[in-house]
Amino acid sequence: MSPRTKALYLVLLALLLIVPFQNMVYIVFVMKLLCFALFASAFNLLLGYTGLLSFGHAAFFGGAAYVTAHACKAWGWTPEMGILAGMAYAAITGWAFGSLAIRRQGIYFAMITLALSQLIFFLALQLKFTGGEDGIQGVPRGKLFGLIDLSSDTALYYFVLALALFGFLAIQRAIHSPFGQVLKSIRENEPRAISLGYDVAKFKLLAFVISATLAGMAGSAKSLVFQLATLTDVHWHMSGEVVLMTILGGIGTILGPVVGAGVVIGLQNYLAGIGSFSTIVLGAIFVVCVLAFRRGIVGEWLALLERRRAAKAEAGYRES
Amino acid sequence: MSEAAGEPILQTEGLTKEFMGFVAVNDVGLTVKRGTIHALIGPNGAGKTTCFNLLTKFHKPTSGRIVFKGADITDKTPSQIALIGMVRSFQISSVFPHLTVLENVRVGLQQRLGISMHFWKSEKTLDRLNDEAMHCLGQVGLAEFADRTAVSLPYGRKRALEIATTLGMNPELMLLDEPTQGMGHEDVDRVTQLIKKVSAGRTVLMVEHNMKVVASIADTITVLQRGSVIASGTYAEVSANPQVMDAYLGTTTTEGLGAH
Repeated sequence: MSPRTKALYLVLLALLLIVPFQNMVYIVFVMKLLCFALFASAFNLLLGYTGLLSFGHAAFFGGAAYVTAHACKAWGWTPEMGILAGMAYAAITGWAFGSLAIRRQGIYFAMITLALSQLIFFLALQLKFTGGEDGIQGVPRGKLFGLIDLSSDTALYYFVLALALFGFLAIQRAIHSPFGQVLKSIRENEPRAISLGYDVAKFKLLAFVISATLAGMAGSAKSLVFQLATLTDVHWHMSGEVVLMTILGGIGTILGPVVGAGVVIGLQNYLAGIGSFSTIVLGAIFVVCVLAFRRGIVGEWLALLERRRAAKAEAGYRES
Repeated sequence: MSEAAGEPILQTEGLTKEFMGFVAVNDVGLTVKRGTIHALIGPNGAGKTTCFNLLTKFHKPTSGRIVFKGADITDKTPSQIALIGMVRSFQISSVFPHLTVLENVRVGLQQRLGISMHFWKSEKTLDRLNDEAMHCLGQVGLAEFADRTAVSLPYGRKRALEIATTLGMNPELMLLDEPTQGMGHEDVDRVTQLIKKVSAGRTVLMVEHNMKVVASIADTITVLQRGSVIASGTYAEVSANPQVMDAYLGTTTTEGLGAH
């Protein structure tokens, strides 16, 4: 990591740490942002680093939200246990869905994940405990480890921030691990990875499970922040939204999904006044992005830096 | 490589592949001897690449057996056979474009550490492979490009990188699918010499179109036509075979092939 990147991360972290001590940005909004940034980053592990486009990640995000909400509300579990339950659900569903979906490639993979996630949507709509159209409301935030009361926004904020940081670090590590190297090689050239002796199905499945689990963690955290789990979270719109965030921010970049989540959530918030027209604006932005800057915001920025670096190196070479 | 040279390392019996009624490979019996460079040639559509894909398990044979080092590998998967010493390349250059040249080789080397599923370890644990990766790159003359991304290399060097990655797997049998395809003269010569050099102590089976390459480095040549073997032997033997001349030139006069 270059010193400049390190400095950027430190500044970001410092800004995040002081959020509760200012009045310019609404703290619940930042928590929402963190949840979605984590969701998109988990998704990016699959799309950006393994080359698999899942169109069913709402099943993990929203499903985990329901599990956490139910565990905390009906069974009175502490928040950390509720979140672990949500993650366990996401890991198991991720394993089941992943095992089926990785048998196919490309658009078929996406369609299978979409179909399976619709099953979860149906369950959320029909099962008793999920409360149908109402969802699960009034989820207690509870006491972390039975000690720290999370009903204050500040306490909950630091908890969510810690979760998100844990998630980002886990993803960062997975990308830069021996496992991550093989994932990238599968993304780059799958037949070649096979011919080097890698059983690619195993790698794709593990990537899918990790991605689903962390997406679940994001959904669980969100259900505590809003004290709510609803059908919106498991709807296929949500699966699409995370694709949008990741592509807009920059596939296969560390900060891309975070920026993408910020842009999408920020715009939704800002455009809330014009109601359903906001999707038209978002759609238009997406079209512009795909046509004009395909690498996404962060992707284009990195490409620009790379070009400048290359030009400088070239100039240096000529002078010497 | 303790076994004596000249013994068969790879054998097929009655290898057949049908695609919806079309017989692409028909009853092929192939014997590749240890320590040799064996070329598989034939006109376009003769079934060379299909044959290759059968040997490396990318296709399932309709019938027939494949025996590698005395063991039946007909029912193995492509990744399994890579681990028992048979590594292939592809017709189109198969590098990992956005990894660095060093990483390209290291991904292959990493296989044997058995830590490839370890998503919690730092990639620094792979640094101990760097020396060996550089050694592989040195063998194909790419050491100075180690930090560049593979996509930025010119075509000939990409093929060299592919060979370096394959070498890293330390295969007993290397299968090269048209290693000189689409290359200019200098590159063809360079890659030919490279294959000759890295074949020391190994066995090479290659599909090749370029007769000059085949004539200069292959010990044994098998000619395929319409999915069947029509001749097998040294270059001199094969080029004197009337059926081969017919397949290549549509004539049985000997002058034609002499001009090659």
